[in-house]
Amino acid sequence: MKIGVLIKQVPATDKVRMDEKTGTMVRSEMEAELNPLDMYAVEEAVRIKERLKDVHITAITMGPQSASDAIRDAISIGCDDGYLLTDRRFAGADTWATAYTLSMAIKKVGGFDLILCGERATDGETGQVGPSVGSQMGIPVLTYVSEIVDLTDKHVRVKRAIEGGHEIVEVDLPALISVVKEINDPRIPNLSGKLKAKFAEIGSLDSVSIEADQSKIGLGGSPTKVVKVFYPKLTRSGEIVRSKDPQSSIKALLNFLKSKEII
Amino acid sequence: MSGVWTLAEFREDRINSVSYELLAWGRSLADTLKVELSSVILGCEIKDVESLFDHGSDIVYKVDDKRVEHFLPDTYSNIIFSLVKKYDPQIIIASATTYGRTIMPVLSTKLNTGLTADCTKLEIGDDGTLLQTRPAIGGNVMATIRTQTRLQMATVRPRSKKPISYDKSQRKIIVPEIEDELFKSAYRWIKFERDESTDLPIQEADVVISGGRGMRDEKNFEMLYALAKELNGVVGASRTAVDMGWIPYSHQVGLSGKTVSPHLYMAFGISGAIQHIAGMSSSDIVIAVNTDPDAPIFNVADFGIVGDATEILPELLKALGDKNE
Repeated sequence: MKIGVLIKQVPATDKVRMDEKTGTMVRSEMEAELNPLDMYAVEEAVRIKERLKDVHITAITMGPQSASDAIRDAISIGCDDGYLLTDRRFAGADTWATAYTLSMAIKKVGGFDLILCGERATDGETGQVGPSVGSQMGIPVLTYVSEIVDLTDKHVRVKRAIEGGHEIVEVDLPALISVVKEINDPRIPNLSGKLKAKFAEIGSLDSVSIEADQSKIGLGGSPTKVVKVFYPKLTRSGEIVRSKDPQSSIKALLNFLKSKEII
Repeated sequence: MSGVWTLAEFREDRINSVSYELLAWGRSLADTLKVELSSVILGCEIKDVESLFDHGSDIVYKVDDKRVEHFLPDTYSNIIFSLVKKYDPQIIIASATTYGRTIMPVLSTKLNTGLTADCTKLEIGDDGTLLQTRPAIGGNVMATIRTQTRLQMATVRPRSKKPISYDKSQRKIIVPEIEDELFKSAYRWIKFERDESTDLPIQEADVVISGGRGMRDEKNFEMLYALAKELNGVVGASRTAVDMGWIPYSHQVGLSGKTVSPHLYMAFGISGAIQHIAGMSSSDIVIAVNTDPDAPIFNVADFGIVGDATEILPELLKALGDKNE
């Protein structure tokens, strides 16, 4: 079985801090990491490999040269190899153009039975690229998957975490699955994994090698455009009670709740 | 040209309340553009279609069939695709629920059109195009986005607008004829397992009572459930509380969990890591209880108590109980 895992490099979330003056969030542009929600997709692929015979896992990402680090992280956890899609012409792609580009790369690499991805990336937070890739490829899309109940060479049965409960659905392969955090507990890479990742040769693909229609990639191929960006102020200056006596704190809280017509 | 469309959700024998919030957005767009507002609804034995008119729809496109009883992404998107081709709307919006966030990307790819995720504001620009404003990076950045294609599509964050009542509806139900071919699905729907708790999903709740590390153990979360019951809310949690196994992931608020914007958000024993704040800072009213006076959660609170959440909660429950007697 051939599994493809779609991953993204994002600005490191633990490096975010609050700008005291402006009350907005600031994050270092320099630090990047593998999207935390993609770790669950990588881990799930590795677990499938441990369970079934002859599983090969390929991680695929689109980004600048430095995004090859995300591929190395995926290999250190257990992916067999990876491809970095990098090309100046990919820059500025929205979710539609990104999904088109990834689907062309997947077709180029070829032969995947299962494609896994995370629920969404912690920077753009759209959650649209995974389902769009499946739709571009014309294969069934299973979103919000919290458990792979059954997987054979022919089909996959999953549990989807939806509002109010879990839904069980089955499709024939090939299929695309986006997973939620509930699905597993990702492992920490061990030393041999890190060494393997360090020396792994990472495949490189560009818009020409994936035979992309140049009018459908990057900023120019994106149907949506950002027209304005602004930074909302998050801080509030509320009343903070520092009483030793819980009763007086509670009294102040009840008064506050009453003033807001909550009780 | 048939105006603005909203995708209503019919599940478990009822129309989901987010469908009405969506109509409130749709109504303001349709009124500005002076076009009709429609709802598209798929399901089996659909009830209460009239309520869609009461909340803003002029027209309802209804596909009531056993074969669309459950959400099948291919069948649903094929059917809606055929309706779009036939009736030609200029804007389609859906709620950013698991339904909307699955059907819309699949549909927009088929339609070759742009899609903006999880918008908190929609308006019509001077040139008549849809301006879609959405938070990214956990509310750090707000971006306003315009779609270049004639058909413009967006998902809208639940609770970003209150439902309206509407009495000018044409109350027109269209039951389109759908070819059998379109009902075919690659999906085999097996079953739905309802969660034991009857709580609303945290993104749809008016009141969210959250607990973090300062709650110390799972047992103490019972006090949060009691308070949530008292205030008609649901229980949320920080990542720590979820990682400790005190509460399932579906309750996690923050960058790697859910984003909530309730009327009231109460944080008990949550220090307020920036990742948590990203998931709740758009709440109307924020109340925080934490032992550390320098905890960042107090920076985003409208009211705070410096104290131990596990000591404050029993007293608060008692005081609320006394009040009711």
